Amino acid sequence: MSALATAPAIVPLAAAALVTVVRSRPALQQAVAVVGILVLLACALALLAQVLTGETLVVAFGGWPAPMAIEFVVDRTAAALVVITALMGAAAIVFLASDADVGNGHPLLLPLLFGVLAGAGGAFVTGDLFNLYVWFEVMLICALGLLAIGGRVDQLDASFKYLALNLLGTLLLLFAVAAVYGVTGHLNFAALAAAAPAVAPGLWLAVLTLLTLAFLVKAGAFPVYAWLPASYHTLPAPVLALVAGLLTKVGIYAVLRTLGDVFSPAPGVLHELLGWVAAATMLFGVLGAAYHWDMRRILAFHIISQVGYILLGIALASAAGYAATLFYTLHHIIVKANLFLIAAIIWRLTGSYDLRRIGGLYVARPWMTLLLLIPALSLVGIPPLSGFWAKLLLLEEAIGQGRVVWTVVALVVSVLTLYSMMKIWMEAFWKRHPDPDWQPPVNTRLGPAWAATVGLAGVTVWISLYPQALLVYAQAAAATLGGR
Amino acid sequence: MTSRIVILAVVARPLYLVILLASVWVLLRGHDEPGGGFIGGLMAVSATILWAVAHGTAAARARLPLGDALWPAVIGLLLAALSGVPGLLGGGAYLTHLWWTLALGPAELKLSTVLLFDIGVYLAVWGALAGYALALLAVDERDQPGGAP
Repeated sequence: MSALATAPAIVPLAAAALVTVVRSRPALQQAVAVVGILVLLACALALLAQVLTGETLVVAFGGWPAPMAIEFVVDRTAAALVVITALMGAAAIVFLASDADVGNGHPLLLPLLFGVLAGAGGAFVTGDLFNLYVWFEVMLICALGLLAIGGRVDQLDASFKYLALNLLGTLLLLFAVAAVYGVTGHLNFAALAAAAPAVAPGLWLAVLTLLTLAFLVKAGAFPVYAWLPASYHTLPAPVLALVAGLLTKVGIYAVLRTLGDVFSPAPGVLHELLGWVAAATMLFGVLGAAYHWDMRRILAFHIISQVGYILLGIALASAAGYAATLFYTLHHIIVKANLFLIAAIIWRLTGSYDLRRIGGLYVARPWMTLLLLIPALSLVGIPPLSGFWAKLLLLEEAIGQGRVVWTVVALVVSVLTLYSMMKIWMEAFWKRHPDPDWQPPVNTRLGPAWAATVGLAGVTVWISLYPQALLVYAQAAAATLGGR
Repeated sequence: MTSRIVILAVVARPLYLVILLASVWVLLRGHDEPGGGFIGGLMAVSATILWAVAHGTAAARARLPLGDALWPAVIGLLLAALSGVPGLLGGGAYLTHLWWTLALGPAELKLSTVLLFDIGVYLAVWGALAGYALALLAVDERDQPGGAP
């Protein structure tokens, strides 16, 4: 049943249309959204079941012959990312039913959310370079809508920064795609892989550098990450969690898919360069985080820092490195989204995102400490949480290849990450609330918020305690990369 | 209306129609020549923007199919998505397109699910981008006297 491979893009697109039709009735819209995301999740799991048998699903739209058709190709890497996309969509939609910083219930929020999911899903499964560009564009347009729909001045300011800096990346990407087409005459991944060795090495390096740079803008890597912390903090929390967790990872996936798979083996100097970019991204991201007091800005800078780790896996240019990248990506999307959601709950209980103005949660909600510490310490990489396994895989390979500087940077950044997470814990939980009369609000509707965050923490705990399953999967996925 | 340009307001009426007709022509010629739903849709958006500059965003919105930007976008998206289904039911891949030829005396009319897809894209592009453009133009209108509220 190869038509299933179209589901990651078609199901969210159809859901986006349907939730737009019923937008005047919020309860019905919410119900349709839940059904839509459940269908997507079911399709994603069905895809996962298919690829677990070792099969790669290929569907050529319109039944056109091989190099002409736009193909969707679902291998293990793509299937895992589609599942995580659906899972994040589900968490965000559940969280929207709470009252923790969910915005003002704009009727276009859910359609645009599904648009982002469609863009991510399409980008993960497409087997065509130009089509990949189109899905990036879908994501950009929908994310821009999400940033702007509140219409507040700070939101428009954020959307403008997002638009200006991302359009630059998009334009670069379009140039790069055109250049690739110009030197090879193909856009289809399989045809590109076959045509690449015939291109003159110097020209090929220039084209691939341009392409990688364009993807790095989308991934939020050093030195082109300025758009990310400038725009993210104005979004409603569940949307922020989804966008922050997912969108930069699509850029990373595109780097992995091109350098690690389609154009493998890519020129060694490009991987070398990527390694230094990764190290700089880690360091600058975490330093930016140390400076800030707004939880959302701290977490946004940590996205950048963690993007560095994930890129490092690609820079190592080996099956073990790619497996670490996939493992790290899956672990990180869950953890990062969960931290943003928990920050929203903290906002609801204490009244602010600014760590200087809140406190006292340890007395008021002692067990919430545990909920924060699972993703926070996992982000740092404290054993036995999922982040520890991710970093272990990555650094094992880095040390194995004798990359001492990159390894040291990664370890130092871990310590600084611990500092940031402890800052959130000390300020929001441990110290007294600066307002002596502060009491946690009583009339809250946090049930859905707890369900979403505890659910995501549960997935993290599962990966932590039983990393073998995901590890074997990631290694099998990495083994098929580059085998075209 | 005071702050608007009279010449533009007068010219807008015939131009709007011409641009829309041209966009439909581009949509239809897309089968065999450069063109198609996306380009046609973009041309239609330019007609809507022209009307918004000449007569205000509210008037331009009212001129969109079904009087709103979202309806054409949604209907177009659904139409494009559904146009792939007949081919799927016929045993082909999704978006495998079917063609029929209607003989009309001397001429013949080619009908296809591709046309449905292209019309869907046309409506989706027109609705979605006109929605964005009108929202952005409306931000400006709030600040100037004589503009729509």
